[in-house]
Amino acid sequence: MSAVPGGHDHYFVPEPSPYPILLAGAIFLLGLGAAFLVNSITLGWAPLAGGGGLVAYVLYRWFGRVIGETRAGAYGLQEDRAFRWGMMWFITSEVVFFASLFGVLFYERNIAIPWLASFSDAHSPLSTYAPWPTFHAAWPSGGPAGKPFATVSPWGIPALNTLILLSSGVTITWAHAGLRAGNRGRLGWGLALTILLGATFLVLQAREFAHAYGELGLTLSSGVYGATFFILTGFHGLHVTVGAIMLSAVLARAIKGDFTPQDHFGFEAASWYWHFVDVVWLMLFVFVYWL
Amino acid sequence: MSATEHTADSPPRGITRWLYATNHKDIGKMYLLFGIAMFLVGGLLAELIRAELLTPTMRVLSPEAYDQVITVHGLVMVFGALMPITAGLANYLIPIMVGAPDMALPRLNNWGFWLLPPAAILLVMPWGLKLIGIGSGTIDAGWTMYAPLSIQSGPGADFAFIAVLLLGLSSTMASINIIVTIINQRAPGMTMMKVPVFVWSWLITALLLIAVFPALMAGVIMLVGDRHFGTHFFSAAGGGDPVLWEHIFWFFGHPEVYILLLPTAGIMPHILATFARKPIYGYKAQVYSFCLIGVLSVVVWAHHMFTSGMPTAANIYFMLSTMAISVPVAVLFFCWFGTLWRGAMSFETPMLFALGYIVLFGIGGLTGLVLSDAAADQQYHNTYFLVAHFHYALFGGPIMGVIAGIYYYLPKVTGRMYSETIGRWHFWLCFIGFNVTFMPQFLLGVAGMPRRIPDYALQFSHLNMISSISAFVLGASQLLMVYNIVRCIRGEGERASDQVWTGARGLEFTLPSPPPFHTFQTPPVVN
Amino acid sequence: MSRGRLLSKGGAALALLGPACAFARAFYDFQTPVTPIGRDVLFIHDLFLVIIAALFLGGTGTLLYSVYAHRYRLNRKPASFTGPVGAKQWIWAGIPFAALLFLDYVILGIPALHSILALADMSGSALTIKVTGRQWNWQYEYPTYGIRFTSTLSTPQDQIANRAPKDEHFLLEVDRPLVLPTHEKVRIILASADVIHAFWVPSFGIKQDAVPGYLRQTWVEIDKPGTYRGQCAELCGVGHAFMPIVVVAKSPQDFNRWVGREHADEAAQQAASSATYTRDELVAAGKKVFDTNCAACHQPNGLGIPGAFPPIAGGHAFAAAAPMISALESRGFYKNGDIVVGPVADHIRIVLQGIPGTPMPSFASQLSPADIAAVVTYERNEFGNHTGDAVEPAQVAAMKAGH
Repeated sequence: MSAVPGGHDHYFVPEPSPYPILLAGAIFLLGLGAAFLVNSITLGWAPLAGGGGLVAYVLYRWFGRVIGETRAGAYGLQEDRAFRWGMMWFITSEVVFFASLFGVLFYERNIAIPWLASFSDAHSPLSTYAPWPTFHAAWPSGGPAGKPFATVSPWGIPALNTLILLSSGVTITWAHAGLRAGNRGRLGWGLALTILLGATFLVLQAREFAHAYGELGLTLSSGVYGATFFILTGFHGLHVTVGAIMLSAVLARAIKGDFTPQDHFGFEAASWYWHFVDVVWLMLFVFVYWL
Repeated sequence: MSATEHTADSPPRGITRWLYATNHKDIGKMYLLFGIAMFLVGGLLAELIRAELLTPTMRVLSPEAYDQVITVHGLVMVFGALMPITAGLANYLIPIMVGAPDMALPRLNNWGFWLLPPAAILLVMPWGLKLIGIGSGTIDAGWTMYAPLSIQSGPGADFAFIAVLLLGLSSTMASINIIVTIINQRAPGMTMMKVPVFVWSWLITALLLIAVFPALMAGVIMLVGDRHFGTHFFSAAGGGDPVLWEHIFWFFGHPEVYILLLPTAGIMPHILATFARKPIYGYKAQVYSFCLIGVLSVVVWAHHMFTSGMPTAANIYFMLSTMAISVPVAVLFFCWFGTLWRGAMSFETPMLFALGYIVLFGIGGLTGLVLSDAAADQQYHNTYFLVAHFHYALFGGPIMGVIAGIYYYLPKVTGRMYSETIGRWHFWLCFIGFNVTFMPQFLLGVAGMPRRIPDYALQFSHLNMISSISAFVLGASQLLMVYNIVRCIRGEGERASDQVWTGARGLEFTLPSPPPFHTFQTPPVVN
Repeated sequence: MSRGRLLSKGGAALALLGPACAFARAFYDFQTPVTPIGRDVLFIHDLFLVIIAALFLGGTGTLLYSVYAHRYRLNRKPASFTGPVGAKQWIWAGIPFAALLFLDYVILGIPALHSILALADMSGSALTIKVTGRQWNWQYEYPTYGIRFTSTLSTPQDQIANRAPKDEHFLLEVDRPLVLPTHEKVRIILASADVIHAFWVPSFGIKQDAVPGYLRQTWVEIDKPGTYRGQCAELCGVGHAFMPIVVVAKSPQDFNRWVGREHADEAAQQAASSATYTRDELVAAGKKVFDTNCAACHQPNGLGIPGAFPPIAGGHAFAAAAPMISALESRGFYKNGDIVVGPVADHIRIVLQGIPGTPMPSFASQLSPADIAAVVTYERNEFGNHTGDAVEPAQVAAMKAGH
């Protein structure tokens, strides 16, 4: 009988590994490059590109190592639970990140804009001193000094994108069901479809961004509307990209023969992340595009 | 609790032992050494500040340099010193305390540590760049980085914001690891209500970190946006609000002070119980208090913003909610007294620092109550009264607490006893030095001296001089601890037994001093 | 080892006596309040401090007693209780909780609430003034009287640089103080031209942030005439320590007389705007303006601060952030890494309008056309710039009107 449920006598403690420090170094280079570049010091391209490349490489090797350890049977039930909890808390931290961005949207829209306009309200004792006498509260708003812009209609591409992401949620669930039932075909096709839908989403978003910048006059500088619009949709797009990469890695593993109907946390982790990205999009659709 | 289990494995040799570490004790030691080194750096910056304030216009620093020094002092002490030291204690102790062979995710652990040196480099690199003619130095808007001042800051500020992102990544990853270890790696029989108090304190701390650090990360991204990408998050012309940054920052910043406090509030009962030779009093009460403090800490942030012009209802709400935190904190004090009462106390260095903690953090906490009054805060806010309050709260509490923890565990970690005489000198010089440095600052604040000024009006001269001279003593006294640490690491001093202290209890004191490289690979049996 | 114990005990008492005494005495009161809010706040301060002093002494006393009576040397067996059980838990928890909550919300909370509500009540103000914080001085406006002026630190640079002995109100004196009537409720509207500042006068018991783009309000009713000094209380850059607030409170009759005098001065200044002056007169006047308003950033020797504030002298190297460089370049003031003396009209425009996105503020509302003409003339003839130009006030007034 082993001391630890799951058939292992000892919890798996990995051998010393260079990947953590290499990843830290890579992120340092990335950060350094970014700090230089935002200040127009073109020297920054070197560490940015170098750091970015190194990040990708190290992640590839590190996750590769973990996959190798999985295949070698190093992980039992307790390790599996550690990974599950870890992923869950990681996604929680991402939820906090997006919640903060939504919090900012809420504040700008419901507190800042009305407050700025309140000074010019005729009934206000401050109206004689109003810094922005002609500003009235409305949403969307570019603020008192904002240039006019048009907004992205929710019922065009965004609605389509909502359908796309929701469908991708269905396809990944379908893939999962296939995996649990031992149907490798469903697993593969489900994953592939999900990735395709995700990629389509990204292409459509990119086109919408270009449309916003080009025709609508909606840019990062379009006051708080533009700022919150792009930071929310932009980071969401970034997370969809990361999710799609994760799913692609899972697909590659599935093709290689990894995952059993009982033991497939790698798939589940990517799937949870994908559902999270989907839910964030729903919130975006409702609070950024629609209302 | 049963005996230990250790293997014949010896640690790897050479520098890669540390660079590629997956061992929680090694990583804990790295966090501790890094944090202590940063504490000295932050202390040096503090001495520069006090040197400038020795006389009304000392002019040892220009106003530009002064603003940068005070900013970096704050950032280094909070993010570079205290958080890594408490994380180091967590890493070293939590697996042992729960009877686990290591943290749940050992490689993630190392990544969390190695993000710290790059963050520190990014923070101070702008000073190096300035020396070679690039830029105007590092961030100078205070550790609170209020917009629009931080948006006006020179290029060095962007380095600081990116450093904050790296620090956030590190803390978030470390917190995930700690939570998972506590949930998942406990030895059989160790229920949550049997877990040592320190472990509970870090569970709440880690949950708080995950709940608030991503908000700060989002915030600094927005600052960079306003600085370089034309966004208007914090600019009224675009419909934004500078006060929004204050909300974001303090939504993180207030829980942050409890993140700094709770780990030491978790160590205190261990130390007090050991040296009073009594069991810990009120275990459950302390656990509930930690939980309540955790929950309350996220809904009181705007007591840092009473003069920012929030609506009256907000001022009233935040005052009332802030006062509520006094209740669970009082419970903690009560339990510490209960642990000492009718004990048989001896006063080794850890105990001295722990008792000092009770007194000094008590002053910090009580003056916090004073500050919570939204009306009276108009006189205290951004004066030296506030500076004194938060130094009593942060030095008198967490710093004294980690020093106590360091002395308490130094023999266990290194296998050698430190010099008790030097330890006592450290304590008295530190305790007296601290009080003579910061007590006059309450007076200065009440007399009308604002904070963050390099030069001041003449009526503030005498107290500033007293404070500065004492600060030099306070700073110098920390070197005594450094001496003791180095002495122990080098293997000098009496050998420490397994139990180290006669009253000590806990799984860590069933292991040899120092513990073997791998411990509890087979979990101990807990009854 | 009894000596060690005695030393420890004595040392503890001494070390604690010091702070305890200081603690009690330390919270000597604020500067004498001269407003109702100030008095309320002082009362709250005293009340809170008495209470926390009592709590502190009670706690520390208990601790000291325990340290003495429960020490190892006494060879008594330590107790082993870990907490109350059963119903006793509720008593041990409930009574302190109730006491603390009563203390917090009734004893401390009720007076606090009363003050907060009083502070928020702007009704019944006889006079409204607008205070604008800027980097690094205050601008005061009396809309009902049409008076507006800037209040800048008047402590000479020599005193700050340790070249001259400091006078009594070092760093707390200004060229033109804020003048307010006593016995009238004055509403103060706060604005900012650039970053967050905070208006604080300890004797009034008020401190309120000045947030750029927004307005904030507070009020005072000063009981007696006198001079009251305060400082900016929110870090606002390198000049944060150098933007004091001086309020001269006068009886209502004296206040009205002051208003009359201000109007007369204003008329005289208008006249000065159409006068003509020689270049030497302009340079002499300009030096005074420069030393008060410009030297803090551009330095008395006109060499600026590398990376932050450009030199005034032409032909000096200067590297800085892109927005500033391109602004200077576009006006012909920067070439090949050097500051050059550009066209007169552009020079005037920079002083009038500032350079948005950089710390250079607009001086249009702070300095009269005569002052601006003087300082521009000074800059163009000093610091190694020998342009020989002389700018007349009328030129500046015309440019100001044209915008």
